[in-house]
Amino acid sequence: MTTTWTDPFATEERRALRALTREFVERDVRPHLDQWERDGELPRTLHAQAAAAGLLGVGFPEEVGGSGGDFLDSVVVTEELLQAGGSGGVLAGLFTHGIALPHIVAAGDPDQAERFVRPVLEGRAIAALAVTEPDGGSDVASLRTRAVRAGDDFVVDGTKTYITSGARADWVTVAVRTGGPGFGGLSLLVVPTDTPGFTVVRRLEKMGWHCSDTAELAFTGCRVPAANLVGPLDGGFVQLAQQFVVERLSIAVQAYATAQRCLDLALEWARVRETFGRPLATRQVIRHQLVEMHRLVDVSRTYTRQAALRHAAGEEVVAEAALAKNTAVAAAEQVVYQAVQLFGGQGYLRDAEVERHYRDVRILAIGGGATEIMTELAARRLGL
Amino acid sequence: MNIVVCVKQVPDSWAEKKLNPSDSTLDRDSVDAVMNELDEYAVEEALVLQEAHGGEVTILTMGPEKAGETIRKALSMGADKGVHVVDAGLHGSDAVATSAVLAKALGTLEWDLVIFGIESTDARMSVVPAMVAERLGSPQLSFATKVDVADSTVTIQRQTEYGFDTVEAKTPAVVSVVEKINEPRYPSFKGIMAAKKKPVTTLTLADLGLGADEVGLAGSWSAVDEFAARPPRQAGSVVKDEGDGGVKIAEYLAGQKFI
Ligand SMILES: Cc1cc2nc3c(=O)[nH]c(=O)nc-3n(C[C@H](O)[C@H](O)[C@H](O)COP(=O)(O)OP(=O)(O)OC[C@H]3O[C@@H](n4cnc5c(N)ncnc54)[C@H](O)[C@@H]3O)c2cc1C
Repeated sequence: MTTTWTDPFATEERRALRALTREFVERDVRPHLDQWERDGELPRTLHAQAAAAGLLGVGFPEEVGGSGGDFLDSVVVTEELLQAGGSGGVLAGLFTHGIALPHIVAAGDPDQAERFVRPVLEGRAIAALAVTEPDGGSDVASLRTRAVRAGDDFVVDGTKTYITSGARADWVTVAVRTGGPGFGGLSLLVVPTDTPGFTVVRRLEKMGWHCSDTAELAFTGCRVPAANLVGPLDGGFVQLAQQFVVERLSIAVQAYATAQRCLDLALEWARVRETFGRPLATRQVIRHQLVEMHRLVDVSRTYTRQAALRHAAGEEVVAEAALAKNTAVAAAEQVVYQAVQLFGGQGYLRDAEVERHYRDVRILAIGGGATEIMTELAARRLGL
Repeated sequence: MNIVVCVKQVPDSWAEKKLNPSDSTLDRDSVDAVMNELDEYAVEEALVLQEAHGGEVTILTMGPEKAGETIRKALSMGADKGVHVVDAGLHGSDAVATSAVLAKALGTLEWDLVIFGIESTDARMSVVPAMVAERLGSPQLSFATKVDVADSTVTIQRQTEYGFDTVEAKTPAVVSVVEKINEPRYPSFKGIMAAKKKPVTTLTLADLGLGADEVGLAGSWSAVDEFAARPPRQAGSVVKDEGDGGVKIAEYLAGQKFI
């Protein structure tokens, strides 16, 4: 029997989407990235430029202002954004709506879609997601920020921290406690950042992702219309959980794509850098290191893409998504380490691209479900 | 108003290019292929004119099978349809032969304006637009930094050392543009999905009534006799400025006959 292999990630449209993403990175990202890293945030104009290319809306339905396409198209954008020389920070800051909007879209309220989804996908506004609190990250069910019903409004009080794009956001999808303790008492509420009582307490300085602003937010008697409640009252945890698979797979993609970029840079360097009269790439030790890096990237990519394909086809891949995240993140950590090593002293300098990836990658094992939490989840799914 | 934009697929400008030892033509397999950058400005200008005046934008390209990608890119930027002249006999065509093919293909289409980018990044001759205009007997408005159309008059501005030339002609006319003219749009993701459904017609030499001797290597007026790899770059010489740097620069320039 003979079969032909058609790569679902290299169809004609996806190759064009990849080329478009690369063009966007080369034209509108790379020339400015160092400046944004120093500024500590991305400019709003970048959102408008990405929207003009239709990149912000990839994977979102056209009815809410998206560009159409599915999760696999988003995978292509994520891969190429990094492989063309973008960064994890750009991805985090420019695509924060990837975690902030899906619950609103899924809830299906056309008025909310017009107010909160369309302006963001058109690059006119910025959205963030605020779940984590100073004393509750992995343990989402213990959140304490409260929203109390008062007539047609909810009144929100509490603190959120480590919020990506929190300092720039125009509105924030906030996980709030509307009911009793535990999973069952959480809801999602959109809080516009011009609501009296909303404050950005401070911008947080970080190891990596410098161009992505991260903030601590305080809500003090913030009144928001009850019409901003996303989905059913006290249904917040389920809504959050429904996005976990996509969020984890996306981080896995980010991890192996960053690793691929570092491998590409390291390979180029190994071919031109000469020591003791010969290019590094002619040494067996170095060639084997490069093969090892390739192996780590390729295995992570293959496993993650497989889980993504199954997810897109409607299969349940909770354990696979958790394991893909752990596999790709661990691979990326090794690959960025080795890339810096291959660059020698040059790789330790602030203007070396591999140095930035080295720092940027560290968050991936912590955010979007920490490694330990992923492993425990997989243990339970596997019945261990 | 109907517009045809002539676009060319070229090897990535940044890539190291190789020639085939057998016939001295470009080895297209060894490099990534992209739309000639200047043609993106031509497509953009056509789309801007279409937004103002209506009508259809057609993309015309001559090149191997793979050049169809370049048509798709222009279609995903917003053009309406494509015409692809593809034939094994075209291999090795120079500017004269290319202009013969494009003029014939344009003869099969309805248009008021033909827009070109002023040069391709691989050949860099800037003569194809003029040759096509001559073959068609159409007025030629070259090196445009601005294009306006009113009724059946097309007016361009061309930057000169002293200011602007304003040049005017009646349509149908051939216009070539430079990169100062606009900022090409991205082929949006929606555009990519829509491009799949837009029509692309292919034409062969037989369809155009051209003989094998009129095009390709046989029909070209120029030929590559021989080529050699670029010699490795020599190390530069370092001159120390000991208060006489200006004199040394002048001596160097004089030695190279620059001054
Ligand atoms: C740069 C950055 C951006 C972020 N962006 C956002 C955002 O936009 N929105 C948002 O809501 N949050 C965001 N976060 C927060 C992030 O999701 C949390 O940091 C993450 O969920 C971990 O929570 P925590 O920091 O409270 O750590 P903790 O939950 O306190 O965990 C600390 C450590 O203990 C481990 N651990 C915890 N519980 C267990 C257990 N039961 N068994 C074994 N080990 C355990 C964890 O794996 C981890 O290693 C961001 C964080 C950073 C650093």
